[in-house]
Amino acid sequence: MYKNFFKYLISAIFLLGFSVNSNADFKVGFVYVGPTGDHGWTFQHHEGRNAVEAAGIKTTFVESVPEGADAERVIRQLAQSGHDLIFTTSFGYMDPTNKVAKDFPNVKFEHATGYKREHSNVSTYSARFYEGRTLLGHIAGKMTKTNTIGYIASFPIPEVIRGINAMTLAAQKVNPNIKTKIVWVFTWYDPGKEAEAAQALIDQGADIIMQHTDSTAPVQTAEKAGVWSFGQASDMQRFAPKSILTSIIDDWAPYYVERAIAARDGTWNQQDTWHGLKEGMVAMGPYNSAMGADLVKEVEQLQKDLASGKVHSFTGPIYDQKGNILVAEGKVADDGMLAGMSVYVKGVEGDIPK
Amino acid sequence: MSLDISFIGILIGSIMASSVPLILAASGELITERSGVLNLGVEGMMIIGAISGFALMVITDNLFIAIVGSMLSGVIISIIFGFLTQSLLTNHVATGLALTIFGIGLSAMLGKNFVGIPGKEFPILFSSLRESIPFFGPILFGHSIVLYFAFALPFLTNYFLKKTKLGLVVRAVGDSPVSASNQGINVILVRYCCILYGGAMCGLAGAYLSLIYTPQWIENMTAGRGWIALALVVFATWSPIKVLIGALIFGGITILQLHMQAIGFRIPVQFLSALPYLMTIIVLVVISRDSRKIKLNTPTSLGRIFYKEK
Repeated sequence: MYKNFFKYLISAIFLLGFSVNSNADFKVGFVYVGPTGDHGWTFQHHEGRNAVEAAGIKTTFVESVPEGADAERVIRQLAQSGHDLIFTTSFGYMDPTNKVAKDFPNVKFEHATGYKREHSNVSTYSARFYEGRTLLGHIAGKMTKTNTIGYIASFPIPEVIRGINAMTLAAQKVNPNIKTKIVWVFTWYDPGKEAEAAQALIDQGADIIMQHTDSTAPVQTAEKAGVWSFGQASDMQRFAPKSILTSIIDDWAPYYVERAIAARDGTWNQQDTWHGLKEGMVAMGPYNSAMGADLVKEVEQLQKDLASGKVHSFTGPIYDQKGNILVAEGKVADDGMLAGMSVYVKGVEGDIPK
Repeated sequence: MSLDISFIGILIGSIMASSVPLILAASGELITERSGVLNLGVEGMMIIGAISGFALMVITDNLFIAIVGSMLSGVIISIIFGFLTQSLLTNHVATGLALTIFGIGLSAMLGKNFVGIPGKEFPILFSSLRESIPFFGPILFGHSIVLYFAFALPFLTNYFLKKTKLGLVVRAVGDSPVSASNQGINVILVRYCCILYGGAMCGLAGAYLSLIYTPQWIENMTAGRGWIALALVVFATWSPIKVLIGALIFGGITILQLHMQAIGFRIPVQFLSALPYLMTIIVLVVISRDSRKIKLNTPTSLGRIFYKEK
């Protein structure tokens, strides 16, 4: 009886050891800032996770994790419960991610949209969404009748400010009379508030609505009011078929699969990834035929040029609001400057909340 | 920007539309609390109402069924609360919190298949009058039937509590359940009814969001409005008319601060964002200074467990 028991025990231990070696219990964790059903930012990260799962790697995810103290607890929990690679998918997870990474040197961490890599097991990655914003700006500048673009912004971080600037610069290029009106809602996700912000901007004369928040409420409000809008993070066309001119789509799936496989096979290295239209991490939704064939052709060409590097979203001369030069004529902004962008370019109205 | 009279009319119209869920949920909770029951599950009941209404709209394509169904779903989930607190005598605060967490989780699960479906347009009344009359048009006309109901509700609630026998019974139960019980009133039954009524109104408030205000289902779409409604009831010192005033101030400043940003006022945005909360509290505290009236309106036995000794 006991002999048998020990026999089983020993074989069980063997099996366990074997499975660790063969990486059969390699696990990837994801931390999301919103619900997977937001149909925007988190939805796209979740699509990426599904791709990792489809590649035969086990994953878990925690959704709607507030940025701040809760985030650290959740990330620590994932690290403790045997996850080998953890993706933290919001800017506000930057410090918690680095803090937990220090205590778990054997776990690999990937933080989205941040810039801190304080330990060798932390990588950062982001997409050059601003390239998409350049295309939106070009379209907006051509399509607006009131010369007023309404912009719903979430939090005053470089990523959001970069988008506002890229859009404004592109719009100014095709329409020098353009004005950008900005409303800060201080949330990534509150459909009611986003709808109210969109309505306020429309009432203030904006006939183009752009959002850097995650729900589909602004495009629906635009559809109801009969003004143009753009989808954010995923293709939102079916929510506002008449109003949406195109969407900026985040495609994280190839990156997630590549990094998960690298971590499993032991070839994972710390890196800072910033991919754009060229690599396909940023993609554009279908263009609305209301834009007219000429404009669609123009924008498709611009999209190709941005992807090939022939055109850069931030090409000098670029001035700040006070008229100081930010980027000299003939130069383009380097990645360091883009990553830390914290001033508006000339032509944007109002102050950045401090 | 134009500050002409017709623009102000449009502005007031959108302020009214944004305060509807607060008025509905707070009016419902007010009745529940006046009967002495503190139900912190408002947010949970609202979100259940939101998903039920939206799901029924998608399945049956009938907005009437969707609206009634959302109220029924609020009733059903509040039965759980009623059974726990009234029949099993559990703590009101803990049970209410559990109800909110349960509601948010359950709605996310039920809603999995309804994400990404665009909602249907909800019919609005008198839309032609809205366009033709300046200023008063956008204020009085072109709204959904739920909005008109919401604006009548505080007055109906006030009348019910002050002028009807049934209202007196509710207040008696909330103030002194023991005396009420000695008078032959079935305290538990009255409280059950008030809890279910609160659930129905919260369900309707949620459906207003998912069917009318932002016609779609997304997880957690109530985004804390239930908690604001709860706070309104307390700061309005359990007076239905003050609940209406508070909800309008909250909605009004929320919308106004967005307009001020769009116009480009040089006021720190963080301050503007905090303004709705600050102003609502200040105004309600100022208009409810009369301590005699507060005493009259406050349900003395709020949150206390009542059981009939046999």
